[in-house]
Amino acid sequence: MPGKILLEVVTPEKLLLSQQVDEVIAPGSEGEFGVLPGHCHFLSTLKIGELRYRVDQETHSMAVLWGFAEVTPTKVTIMAEVAEKAEDIDVERATAKVAEAERRLQAGGLPSEVKEAQVSLEKARLRKKIAERAKKTSQV
Amino acid sequence: MPSLQSLRRKISAFKNTQKITKAMKMVAAAKLKRSQDRILAARPYAHKMRGVLSNLSQRVNRSSHPLLQKREGKKIEVLVVTSDRGLCGGFNGNIARKSSEFVRQCETRGLQVNLSIVGRKGRDYFRRRAWPIRQEWTGVFDKLTFEHAIDIGGDLTDNFVKGTFDELYVVYNEFKSAIQQRVIVEKLFPIDAQEEFSAASTEGPLSGSYLYEPEEAELLAALIPKHFQIQAYRILLESAAAEHGARMAAMDGATRNAGQLIKKVTLYYNKTRQAAITKELMDIVGGAEALK
Repeated sequence: MPGKILLEVVTPEKLLLSQQVDEVIAPGSEGEFGVLPGHCHFLSTLKIGELRYRVDQETHSMAVLWGFAEVTPTKVTIMAEVAEKAEDIDVERATAKVAEAERRLQAGGLPSEVKEAQVSLEKARLRKKIAERAKKTSQV
Repeated sequence: MPSLQSLRRKISAFKNTQKITKAMKMVAAAKLKRSQDRILAARPYAHKMRGVLSNLSQRVNRSSHPLLQKREGKKIEVLVVTSDRGLCGGFNGNIARKSSEFVRQCETRGLQVNLSIVGRKGRDYFRRRAWPIRQEWTGVFDKLTFEHAIDIGGDLTDNFVKGTFDELYVVYNEFKSAIQQRVIVEKLFPIDAQEEFSAASTEGPLSGSYLYEPEEAELLAALIPKHFQIQAYRILLESAAAEHGARMAAMDGATRNAGQLIKKVTLYYNKTRQAAITKELMDIVGGAEALK
């Protein structure tokens, strides 16, 4: 086990995270991929999904909405357009968003509107899921 | 000797000016705080992006994406980033001087130079001197958003692909601290692996193969235009923060100078007033003496 790997998550707004971790699981555009220390060089685009990382026995997660990931043997850089830590997500707001997106999807309309509603539903559901899980684990 | 009234008027005029410069300083300080937060937040992202790109440009085939091409540089474009408003000390002057110097250097090497300009001040300056301006953007700093960066980055990438220019340099003020700006000349096109690599990464030369997901071409098509938008955004933010810093410093100086002037003129005013009173007294005393 070659020690730890540095995980950095940056968004255009800020440097969200810079931490030594044991394992990273990221939502690649062609499927999730896991990264352990000593991974070979790898470059991927990301889709809307959940980024998980493990420090010792603790697993954290965050919502990532599009971006890129660069992996080197010692470092994982996630460049996301939007990223939120699970504990920062407002569950109520996310739930409201899900409802709103669902309504918009039902209402239908132009193809572009439907597409937009689908995407925002996907985003909202993801955030809701992550946030709720984070809440549960923190209560236990 | 100036009349007492004209001195009084002068003092009140200085006081008004001082009020204005003080208010401008306050406004600049508030705006500086905001733009400073923005640039400091945006820097890591832009920096990482550049690191990834320079790693990448070393290992991929340059022909795999039009924006990675390297052409024999004959036509050069200089993007000059200035402010829209004045009253910010040497902010625009420094940029103008540096860019003229740079352009002249290129021209002596027999290269053809065009300018694109961000900011009203730079546009006015270079238009007065009838330099070739290809493109200009004004009013972006009133409400700076990522949209502007997309606009500017998009225009530049399009024109690079079309072959309007072979090399692109940016001249802008980098925000160093609230009271310090630095004029930077930076090469944006073509992406230069070696130079940027040493600046952006400390990991040393990379070995082994790289994996891409999705396909290399597809990935590059997504990544590279993004990179230029991000860089454009960063440069605009740098310049905005530097501008407010420069204005704050300039207005602070102006306020202080106005204060000094007020002090000086007030002293002179008091002296003159006293002299007039003394003279009147002497007259009265002299008149009374003559009556005896």
